[in-house]
Amino acid sequence: MTPPLIVGAGPAGIRAAQTLARHGLRPVVVDEAPACGGQIYRQPLVEDGRSAAARYGGEAAKATDLHRSFAALQDKIDHRPETLVWALAPGRAQLLTHAGQYDDLPHDGLILATGAMDRIAPLPGWTLPGVFSLGGAQIALKAQGAAIGRRVVFLGAGPLLYLVAWQYLKAGVSVAGVLDLAPLGGKRHLLAALPLAPALVLRGLRMVADLRRAGVPVHQGVEAPAFFGDARLAGVTYMYRGRALTLPCDAVGTAIGLKPETQLADLAGCAFAWSDRDRLHLPVRDAAGRSTAPGVYLAGDGAGVMGADAAELAGERAALALLEDRGHTVDPQRCAGLEAALARQDRLRSHLAAAFAAPQGAAIADETLLCRCEEITAGEARAAITQFNVREINRLKALCRVGMGRCQGRVCAPAAAELLATAIGARPEAVGRLRAQAPIKPVPLTADAGGAS
Amino acid sequence: MAGAPSPAPLLHRLVRAGHAAAPFTLDGAAQTGRAGDTVLSAVLTVTDHLRQSDFSASPRAGFCLMGACQDCWMWLEDGRRLRACSTALAPGMRLLTRAPGSRS
Repeated sequence: MTPPLIVGAGPAGIRAAQTLARHGLRPVVVDEAPACGGQIYRQPLVEDGRSAAARYGGEAAKATDLHRSFAALQDKIDHRPETLVWALAPGRAQLLTHAGQYDDLPHDGLILATGAMDRIAPLPGWTLPGVFSLGGAQIALKAQGAAIGRRVVFLGAGPLLYLVAWQYLKAGVSVAGVLDLAPLGGKRHLLAALPLAPALVLRGLRMVADLRRAGVPVHQGVEAPAFFGDARLAGVTYMYRGRALTLPCDAVGTAIGLKPETQLADLAGCAFAWSDRDRLHLPVRDAAGRSTAPGVYLAGDGAGVMGADAAELAGERAALALLEDRGHTVDPQRCAGLEAALARQDRLRSHLAAAFAAPQGAAIADETLLCRCEEITAGEARAAITQFNVREINRLKALCRVGMGRCQGRVCAPAAAELLATAIGARPEAVGRLRAQAPIKPVPLTADAGGAS
Repeated sequence: MAGAPSPAPLLHRLVRAGHAAAPFTLDGAAQTGRAGDTVLSAVLTVTDHLRQSDFSASPRAGFCLMGACQDCWMWLEDGRRLRACSTALAPGMRLLTRAPGSRS
């Protein structure tokens, strides 16, 4: 029997695998990491003497349960760690292992649990060594037990800004400042989130209090941020309450939220639609996680950012949908319960997004790099838009190479789309989205590519 | 080819100080990482960049650390390329911040 394929072994992929195995299927689980957990519950390469509580904080019990659940599945699934799905066709996935082996994997049913990465605002100096994404700053600490600097600024927007700053503080690293681009006024939306997730909101407030008590400047409503330094980061300048301020530092963690990894959903043929909350085009799915492509299911942050708890629920629900569609009997009450819990998580997510939303439309200065791969400035993109009357994002990519580099627009595409929309006076959804291309990440060209060996 | 004195590193270890040493070379100079390091961690705990950017040759040190941004591709002396954030350091690796044979 052809197995189903799950891409990703984070919270959504783990629960999906567990659910399929429980119903007697033996899924293939492909994941780029050496061990399960995804980014949020990422495991170190070797034991480093830290407890789960030290590594995962308040989420330690969830992390440990997911790791153990997945370990218990090892003889019931076909786990392919350190493996990339770099292309998809209906019923076929092209794999590449870290050791460089290519494989062509037939599958019957596909659950995409591809996760998210940081959403980035291109700022002056953002390619300087010492400037890392917020998630990167957290991974350095969590998985490698290393701090990104000795004096670290966290700049951007979103709940993770405060979480990662607090984790650095607790690890004994000097936090030079938390610079929140979102205005203080938005935080009133946390009141609406409180009844849905009291522990989460109160933990966040405690983290802010801990940071302030430790003497860390926490500035909300920061404007005009810029990084400076000669060959490496030396500090951050910004406006706060009408004053121009400078914070010397040797590292920054920065992001304005999270962004789903949707390339495989695109290659799988899923229809996309604009999401006002995520300010992106996202693959369309129903409450169970069915995409518009037959046999393709979506779960977790890879289909729309809702956090790790929602990802666990969505992974199980998507697996149950796959089972239903293959004629298995599933517990309808369990399905309804999962969908109700997901609806609650969805409401929570809307309140959090409103509370932490960075203001949109801040103009990127002409001389600032928009695309860090191809080193295209905002001014070069604007010149191309004007010269060639560009109305669509793929056209902009073709004409000025924005989003054409190794990351394929993962980092710059949202900012490039907003820039294009602003330049032509259109709404951001009207300029389209970058089409995904296989291979979705760089792969070596070798003689055995294409399954010749 | 002896490297210039390394600048102050970007990353600072908080754990694994007592783990086994993993020797490697960076642009020909002998360096030491630790068991459990990624290539990115090993290099950025001894210096402040991984490579030069493709067009302006400005220094780059990685960005996302999760295999998404593709800003940390380095070279091995045999010409192969690797993504530093998602590759475990192997003892004896001969890493380059520039393409083999390129001028510094």
